[in-house]
Amino acid sequence: MPKIAVTSEGPSLQDAVDPRFGRAGGFVVVDTESMATTYVDNGASQVMAQGAGIQAAENIVNAGAEILLTGFVGPKAFAALQAAGVKVGQNLENLSVGEAIERFKSGTVTFAEAPNRESHS
Amino acid sequence: MIVAIASGKGGTGKTTVSASLTAIWERPVVAVDLDVEEPNLHLFLKPELISTETVNLEVPVLEPSACTLCRACSELCQFKALAIFGKTLMVMPEMCHGCGGCFEVCPAEALKRGNRELGVMEIGHSRGQIPCLTGRLRVGESMSPPLMRHIRHRMAEMAKDMNADLIIDAPPGVSCPAMNAVQDSDVILLVTEPTPFGFHDFQLAWQAFAPLGKPMGVVVNRAGLGDDRAYAFCEAKGLPILAEIPYRREIAEHYAKGGLLAEMDSEMRWRFASLQEGLDRLNRGVSHA
Repeated sequence: MPKIAVTSEGPSLQDAVDPRFGRAGGFVVVDTESMATTYVDNGASQVMAQGAGIQAAENIVNAGAEILLTGFVGPKAFAALQAAGVKVGQNLENLSVGEAIERFKSGTVTFAEAPNRESHS
Repeated sequence: MIVAIASGKGGTGKTTVSASLTAIWERPVVAVDLDVEEPNLHLFLKPELISTETVNLEVPVLEPSACTLCRACSELCQFKALAIFGKTLMVMPEMCHGCGGCFEVCPAEALKRGNRELGVMEIGHSRGQIPCLTGRLRVGESMSPPLMRHIRHRMAEMAKDMNADLIIDAPPGVSCPAMNAVQDSDVILLVTEPTPFGFHDFQLAWQAFAPLGKPMGVVVNRAGLGDDRAYAFCEAKGLPILAEIPYRREIAEHYAKGGLLAEMDSEMRWRFASLQEGLDRLNRGVSHA
């Protein structure tokens, strides 16, 4: 089973999905077999003047996640995630991390073909 | 002498002061508008345009077949303009600041030199002989300092060739564009207004520019409005107030017609002449120190 990264406002399954990708507080990375979670802090991306989405995408890839669940992804980060072979499930804001995982497991998350946010630059 | 006219808050009168100072300046002078995001000095100096030049920034272009994915460039780039994902080096030229480092570290000659258009540089003549230099950022371009660097380079050449002083109309704020605009100056002239918002940003401007160690003077615009906190601040920090522009309806009317304040009446002319004297004194104070 793949590892899933969920943008999160905190380290647990009960924390809310952070709707932002590049400037998310962090990522809860879930092993869907054991449901073991690890937390990847994304604070360094939050303070970047530019390139936060690219940095966050690197963090996801380095964590070994193959699937990303989040709110909104911009065009550069989306292209980066696609190049790395990470599938992107968007528009999952207003859920807890655990609820987003359940939604993925039930097969109702559709994976995006395109970014759902405009470039900032 | 290079004078940068800055403010913190926008709309305090930087351009009004820049245009009038240019008009009454007693030595050869070049008027430079470094607010490349929205230049407006030309509205008052009304230069006749003599040249327009496109300004580019050198950015990397990938030769994919030559790239070995060694990561030398992506690890060097501080702005994430280059990043490796999977088996792809992604190049994002719009993020590039133009340092040129990636060309130097690439061992495989996989990065060719390309261009990103930053905007244009315009040179004109106002009132027959006063050169006016302006940058105009391309709509969609997110960084102004690279274009400003180009304008700054040209203004230094013009000052040298013509043995001229420079009057720089700086952008508002205290971030990179404002810092870029005051960097070359001998004297920084802060234009403020004695309103709460004006005073707040005036303090920010002082905090941002004071570490540069350049002499600073102040113009209080709309004097008579608001309160006296800006005056108290100037006194506490030893900032000389070189001119006051009173808060008067005729001044606003004259400005709205595109008139130069220094040419409104003899009193205004005197205020700007004494402002130039004050700037000269500040500049001399440094050279004698």
